[in-house]
Amino acid sequence: MTSGSQVLGSPSQSLFGPKGWAALGAFALVAVVVVPVLFIVVPADSPFHLSAYFVTLVGKMMCYCVVALAMNLIWGYTGILSLGHGVFFALGGYAFGMYLMRMIGHEGQYQSDLPDFMVFLDWKAYPWYWSFTDHFWYSVLLVMLVPAILAFVFGFFAFRSRIKGVYFSIITQALTFAFMLLFFRNDTGFGGNNGFTDFKRILGFRIAEPGTRAALFALTALYLMGTLILSRAILRSKVGRVLTAIRDSENRLMFSGYNPLWYKLFIWTLSAVLCGIAGALYVPQVGIINPGEMSPANSIEIAIWVAVGGRGTLLGPVLGAGLINGAKSFFTQSFPEYWLFFLGLLFILVTLFLPKGVISIPAMLKRAKP
Amino acid sequence: MQPGVDVSHRAILYLDDITVSFDGFKALNKLTLTVDSGELRCVIGPNGAGKTTMMDVITGKTRPDLGTAFFGQTIDLTRLTEPEIADVGIGRKFQKPTVFENHTVFENLELAMKTDKRVRASLRAKLEPAQRDRIAQTLTQIQLAADADKQAGLLSHGQKQWLEIGMLLMQEPKLLLLDEPVAGMTDQETERTAELFKSLMGKHSLIVVEHDMEFISSIANQITVLHEGSVLAEGTLDKIKNDERVIEVYLGR
Repeated sequence: MTSGSQVLGSPSQSLFGPKGWAALGAFALVAVVVVPVLFIVVPADSPFHLSAYFVTLVGKMMCYCVVALAMNLIWGYTGILSLGHGVFFALGGYAFGMYLMRMIGHEGQYQSDLPDFMVFLDWKAYPWYWSFTDHFWYSVLLVMLVPAILAFVFGFFAFRSRIKGVYFSIITQALTFAFMLLFFRNDTGFGGNNGFTDFKRILGFRIAEPGTRAALFALTALYLMGTLILSRAILRSKVGRVLTAIRDSENRLMFSGYNPLWYKLFIWTLSAVLCGIAGALYVPQVGIINPGEMSPANSIEIAIWVAVGGRGTLLGPVLGAGLINGAKSFFTQSFPEYWLFFLGLLFILVTLFLPKGVISIPAMLKRAKP
Repeated sequence: MQPGVDVSHRAILYLDDITVSFDGFKALNKLTLTVDSGELRCVIGPNGAGKTTMMDVITGKTRPDLGTAFFGQTIDLTRLTEPEIADVGIGRKFQKPTVFENHTVFENLELAMKTDKRVRASLRAKLEPAQRDRIAQTLTQIQLAADADKQAGLLSHGQKQWLEIGMLLMQEPKLLLLDEPVAGMTDQETERTAELFKSLMGKHSLIVVEHDMEFISSIANQITVLHEGSVLAEGTLDKIKNDERVIEVYLGR
């Protein structure tokens, strides 16, 4: 899929080339058929067997890839750097986490109607905002609606006041930080600093079952593909050209008769919803959500994935999220104390020597060769 | 879409007693100016005379502290936002050529084209044959037909100026504001620009801010001289050239 790295092409081209569609098809086949078979059917002593650890790790990384794609829409193409995207991811996770908590039923430590943390706080009933969260589809709706409403309201005031550049980045940092502090409080009703964990069931299936894990994995892979196709479709439409025009010369665009506010709000809210759904897929696979996901450092890391992979390119962010999280799981096992140094160094090196990210390496090599 | 501009009383632009101050400095001081429909008006004046601020007021970028700005008989410019003003038919070329550098020349014109510019329309937008023809026509007009698929950032300075003028034409504005349109152009390009502007007169109204007196004398019939935020003199080229005060503050002896 080399076409992903080009600047917006001529409008007549189709969404993906034949090679691109073939690659997507192959990816879907691997995610939906090959991985589940190797994980469930192939016996554990076979060299081809995939461990639950591996399936969970890759599933988690695919969620991050979606977040990177969503970040790229707003930063890479529209030029608005959000350093608070973790909050949308976490809110999606919490919204679905509420459903998962209620599905624990009486299997918790206190065998109560209420989640353990509420029993611990001596609460007698669910707070009002937990209403209906035992319905799967309602919580799915919340997963999209909560990030969407927050993003829309926040974005409306920020973009209408024409807050731009580093000022916008800073208030998004403040936003995610404020939510983190809010969710740390036990009284907020989301489990305080422990967050939600010990999930048992999803739609009646046991979460620890290999079948459930494989299904979540396949669903995440399909969602990642869907996000990629949607991003591509938007970027190839006139909206995509308007977004890059906002990035490159917002004044010219305004004096050409476009109101940037609605374009920014559209892509900003969409980006938040994409992150929210990614968070909802992340929580059952990883088995925990806590306010740490909203820490400012987490959101900065999202920006680093995109910068390292190549912002303003379709596939770069996916590559960046994959590479860095792969490196992270290696480092945090082997040399945990060096991980942040390595991340910082990588970010500096890429910014200095690869402003278009690692995805630009093949093109650079090609140009270097006469 | 906004209603069309009403020019039943000949004038297309009324600026009346406009005052703009920045931290006590009066960039515009009771500026009063009227431009007729179809007219080509040149505005000259020393640096800091308020030429760019005047354009900012007309296009909604700066709100006047006092005074009124009307487009035709009915449209109050001080109440509209920049995109709304563009939509009612005022196009603006910036002093520094401003085009979308990462888009192709063709895409630049496509983005500027007069059409429904809301998000929903843009999601579904597909170029119709008539619109393609319109873009092709403008490409020929600004002599960039051969460079249609070139990235705008790769154009020469003069070509960027032309592309920006082409983008204005795609908006089909009633009034064009052109801030130093021939800066950085070769003599030949300047000449062609003068011809282009003269061909636009009548159908469009133009306000041209320039320093290049030779260029002005090749296009102008009416000239307004600004000085310290208000009109110092107004009239034909000959009248301006012989005005004592204009010679004093601007033209020099």
